[in-house]
Amino acid sequence: MNEVNSLSNSRWINWFKLSSPSTFYPLAGKLIPIFWGLTAVFGMAGLWVSFFVAPVDAVQGQGYRIIFIHVPASWMSMLIYLVMAAWAGLGLVFNTRLSAMMAQALAPIGAWMAFLSLWTGAFWGKPMWGAWWVWDARLTSELILLFLYLGFIALQASIENPRRADKAGAILALVGVVNVPIIYFSVKWWNTLHQGASVSLSKAPAMAQTMLWGMLLMALCFWMYSIAVGLMRVRAIILEREAHTDWVRQLSEVKS
Amino acid sequence: MNAMFAIIHRDLLLVMRRKSEVLTAVFFFVVVTSLFPLGIGADPALLKKIAPGVIWVAALLSTLLGLHRMFAADYQDGALEQLALSPQPMVLLVAGKIIAHWIVCGLPLVVLAPIIGIQFDLDADSLYVLMATLLLGTPVLSLLGSIGAALTLGLRGGSVLMSLLILPLYIPVLIFGAGAVYANSVGLNTSGHFSLLGALLILALAFVPWVSTAAVKIAIE
Repeated sequence: MNEVNSLSNSRWINWFKLSSPSTFYPLAGKLIPIFWGLTAVFGMAGLWVSFFVAPVDAVQGQGYRIIFIHVPASWMSMLIYLVMAAWAGLGLVFNTRLSAMMAQALAPIGAWMAFLSLWTGAFWGKPMWGAWWVWDARLTSELILLFLYLGFIALQASIENPRRADKAGAILALVGVVNVPIIYFSVKWWNTLHQGASVSLSKAPAMAQTMLWGMLLMALCFWMYSIAVGLMRVRAIILEREAHTDWVRQLSEVKS
Repeated sequence: MNAMFAIIHRDLLLVMRRKSEVLTAVFFFVVVTSLFPLGIGADPALLKKIAPGVIWVAALLSTLLGLHRMFAADYQDGALEQLALSPQPMVLLVAGKIIAHWIVCGLPLVVLAPIIGIQFDLDADSLYVLMATLLLGTPVLSLLGSIGAALTLGLRGGSVLMSLLILPLYIPVLIFGAGAVYANSVGLNTSGHFSLLGALLILALAFVPWVSTAAVKIAIE
């Protein structure tokens, strides 16, 4: 605990010190309320913009508003997979326990995001396309992403030795990461029903400015939510895995 | 390289001593494809349309059947550890095992596919395309499958878990493999499908043996 206090006093953050679970645990505990606060702020602003400010879509009516959940969830599901694979790869290369724990903590969040994206997509598809599900490239690759998450979680859950579970999961995540670009570029590869990406960095977005703001605010809200939940999960994993150590036994929340 | 051929020779020899295991996977392929007409109905036009997909899905599943054999027996009797300790590069040995698996589980499918195709009323041209896609695609299946086989070594319920890990990775091969046959049957150009299948094969050949080697080493450490 003292290490954290000295850390906040020093001018340089020692990242290597933070990679130890015993120093990261209290820091994560302090960060979690901040990220929950940001989640609430961005969420309220984003929902206000998306429900009251953004205009009604000329073609799709009120139903289009589901994209304010759908698009951030899809973005997060892909991003979290990349982040998870990066943590897993870092754990594999540097053999740091915390990196692997981060990867393990992120997997269920990403899986939920992928599920949410598919679910809201179905709600959007029914009025717009007249079908809950179409076998289009983007939907299908989002489904594959969900399968990849489930495979990662299942593999880690079925290996008893945490060290081997981390490494095996890392290899699977890195192999699966090849799939994420396929998801992103599938729009160009298979020319199908799904409308092309409306938001791009290279050309002016084909949507009203306020709609874009709503979506970006919601995306920030999803980011903050994912970080907050990720930190909470990683704290639980640290407690579980480091239960035999002295510093965990001396924590006030463990003692009581 | 000699070490790789020695491994291929050994694995093939082991398989020949127990032919039933290989034949099971091949018969599985034949039986599964024969089930579809029974379930869907004997309408020739419909069967012709679904034939590429049915044959490819059956090929995916029957490759999966033989995968657990790739490392499991050697892992249990300790031979895999001895291979890892040998002075030969482990990558070559793993590659040899993958090649042996393909010869046993992939190649028979390529040979059998035209017979199944005829049952589904595919014309000669489609049969050639089907064989060519299988020839390009089944090695990718063996390669990707080796990752799953290595990751799930010695786990309880390993083979079920392996199918969960591996089948999503098989999807691109399935899409382009079955897609080429379908495109050919409706008179479209298939060169794009073949290029992508070839690209997948080259990518898999270049990276997968190393990945599987790493996975095997994690399992035996």
